[in-house]
Amino acid sequence: MSLILLIEQVLNGLQFGIMLFLMAAGLTLIFGVMGLINLAHGSLYMIGAFCAAAVAAATGSFVLGLIAALAGAAIAGALVELVVIRRLYDKDHLDQVLATFALILIFSEGTRWIFGSFPLFLDVPDFLSGPVTLPGGIEYPLYRLTLIVVGLLVALGLYLLISKTRLGVQIRAGENDREMIAALGIDIAKLYTIVFALGAALAGLSGALVGAIQSVQVGMGEPVLILAFVVIVIGGIGSIKGALIGAILVGLTDTLGGIFLPELLKLFFDPSTATSIGSSLASMAIYILMAAVLVLRPAGLFGARA
Amino acid sequence: MIRETHVNALTLLALVAIPAWALYADEPFTITLMTRAAIFAIAAIGLNIALGIGGLVSLGHAVFFGIGGYAMGILAHHAQTYTALAEWPFLIEGTKSMPVIWLVAVCLSALAALIIGALSLRTTGVYFIMITLAFGQMFFFFAISWAEYGGEDGLSIYVRNGFPGLNTLAPIQFYGLCLALLVIVLLFAWKLSRSPFGLALNAARQAPMRVETVGLDPMRLKLIAFVISGVITGLAGALFADLNRFVSPTMFSWQLSGEIIIFIILGGVGRLFGPVIGALAFVALEHWLGGLSDYWHIYLGLLLLVVVLFGRGGLIGMLSGREAVHD
Amino acid sequence: MTDPVLRTKGICKSFGALRASRDISIDLFPGEIHAIIGPNGAGKSTLIGQICGTLKPDAGSVELLGQDVTHQTARARARAGLGRTFQISSLAMEDTVLQNALLGALGASGNPWRFWKDVLKDQDLRATAEEALVRVGLEDHARVRTAELSHGQRRQLEVAVALTLRPKALVMDEPMAGMGSEGSKRLTGFLDELRHEAPILLVEHDMDAVFALADRISVLVYGEVIATGTVEEIRADAAVREAYLGEDA
Repeated sequence: MSLILLIEQVLNGLQFGIMLFLMAAGLTLIFGVMGLINLAHGSLYMIGAFCAAAVAAATGSFVLGLIAALAGAAIAGALVELVVIRRLYDKDHLDQVLATFALILIFSEGTRWIFGSFPLFLDVPDFLSGPVTLPGGIEYPLYRLTLIVVGLLVALGLYLLISKTRLGVQIRAGENDREMIAALGIDIAKLYTIVFALGAALAGLSGALVGAIQSVQVGMGEPVLILAFVVIVIGGIGSIKGALIGAILVGLTDTLGGIFLPELLKLFFDPSTATSIGSSLASMAIYILMAAVLVLRPAGLFGARA
Repeated sequence: MIRETHVNALTLLALVAIPAWALYADEPFTITLMTRAAIFAIAAIGLNIALGIGGLVSLGHAVFFGIGGYAMGILAHHAQTYTALAEWPFLIEGTKSMPVIWLVAVCLSALAALIIGALSLRTTGVYFIMITLAFGQMFFFFAISWAEYGGEDGLSIYVRNGFPGLNTLAPIQFYGLCLALLVIVLLFAWKLSRSPFGLALNAARQAPMRVETVGLDPMRLKLIAFVISGVITGLAGALFADLNRFVSPTMFSWQLSGEIIIFIILGGVGRLFGPVIGALAFVALEHWLGGLSDYWHIYLGLLLLVVVLFGRGGLIGMLSGREAVHD
Repeated sequence: MTDPVLRTKGICKSFGALRASRDISIDLFPGEIHAIIGPNGAGKSTLIGQICGTLKPDAGSVELLGQDVTHQTARARARAGLGRTFQISSLAMEDTVLQNALLGALGASGNPWRFWKDVLKDQDLRATAEEALVRVGLEDHARVRTAELSHGQRRQLEVAVALTLRPKALVMDEPMAGMGSEGSKRLTGFLDELRHEAPILLVEHDMDAVFALADRISVLVYGEVIATGTVEEIRADAAVREAYLGEDA
């Protein structure tokens, strides 16, 4: 196992993790501020990817596609919040789960109806394709590196938003005491719509960016959504820092687990058994990590609420 | 308003009358549909014990459905290929006997529920929901990676398993078997809801602090409820695999977990016959709407939204109003 | 000198910089009503939590019937005979009055692991539950859903549930809260009798009730007991007066 391969896989794990962070950040914000569990977040991811693919195909511009993804997801998010989500804030978790599950059904089948069952294609743009040479002589795809950078920039942006802006103050206040901010005269309705749309935009961005290296198809969002939930469980609900660290942990565990577990098992078993058991275990590695965190810290690594 | 007990009786009647008519009119497909509904009902009754009484929103109950299914698939696969399941530490061969398969399915489900429950119940609320969902995914991906038993493509069992004294290949006989199990499970669920355990569990959902200060352990109550619930859903999984003579990772999917909850919500949460009516309604919708449009899930989604936002209590709630006081 | 039924020794609890309980030592003797009074924020709820087992003290100990229960869970203490009523009613709202009482009886009997028998047909449980309901005067409402009860009736039910445990000591958190004068008078009379069965540690704001019922009063201010004594002693105490200046006494 060469060092080059290892570094490449670490970078892949980072990239995967950071894209997960975009999903998780939105989810944890929405839950932290509004107390809402939102299963439809995966649909917003998908909508972002589809908007990007459709616009990029029509205009030939990846950047326009990205803008479309952000706008499309944010608008879809705002609409959904106004029409459906608004009615769920006072309801119990079961109702929220079912209503947002219903939204998944509507969005997924709706998208399938408009675009058909075959995946759309979103290509990595020319100016971002090809390898880049990193210090040490390692070649790594420029696009994936860009994703890491974009993700970190978004993380920084979120940090600045929450700690330095007025909106951020409202968000932090809302996370602490929902009833209080209403009493303080803050327009809750508008705050919630903005937070939801922000989370949606993040999801859409993630979907569009990842859509270029995987396929853009109906149902692409839910596996990512569930992983984002794992991230939040590990990181702690309501904590953006937790989401970032949790996401990177999950990304690295998944990518490196797939490499190392079979190798580790080869010490004990013959190669073919080791590979098959190893890859099965690797598919579960993330969940084993989650279970381990739960045993030690039921509220997550940075969770304030139990 | 129709009294809930009358609604229940009518449902039981339908469960007997419709297949009887189908037998007479030589419509075996209808019998198959009813079998599907009965099996879904069993799965949902299982979940309803944890969800309706215990308040545990388990979004990963398909785990048990899949475990039951794979228990059947693996045992039957080895039987039909005349290979041994394991040779060490002692010889385990496959089997095509339903009672044995059910026993294995139930034991494995119980074990899984114990572990998953013990871990998940360390958390509450949203965390619990997310964790159960995640465990479902874990099993899903594991099943896909398990090439020995079909992986993503699943496993076909060519001949339906056997039950002493019955010709299980005949749709009406297999249906009768499933119906019998459904009635047994319903009876058990009914008795449980009225039992001391049911009282304590129900209170643990509403006022855990109170339960603690009368000297009971709400966590342990919920764990046992979760195990019982997993066992029943696991049995349903084994039956489902037998109905389709096929088992695949989709039995672990989050979509299926969601559907099991939908059966309950359509019928009415916490109502004894809620899961049964919900399952019947779902299968009916699946068949009719599915026949009309390829995109019938949109209508299901809309219906679900309407039920959740505007009409809690599901179909039974609409027909019978508020739940009657346990007298 | 009889032994106290309930005693705390030097209970301390801090939440970050906030010292909610500072070296609190109080006791409860058989047959007495010991009232805890104090302004809002004095730390009464924190104290109750530590006595009943829902909060862990940073230092100090809690003894019930001579046994150290500081590390025991709330449910273990309940089984040992510590009954509790809550300031904000903690009852199963969807259940009936009888079902809530049965829950108490079930806790006392200790065995919820029965899955088949109809709980309403269990004669022992039913007897215990109905007896408690009769004692608080709710027997006619046995089949009423708890959510439909008046506030005062819910308080009565709380007491009934605590009674099903056949408690050796009772901790009551503001049982008079929200009761009209009629209800308060009745409850006061009831507690006056109850003390002989199980001594009561009574946290209250309602001074009429406190002065009518208490054998001893402890005054809690900023987490500290600043005075303990009889009704007359406390009324005369200057420090207490100062702490309560402006309070409705």
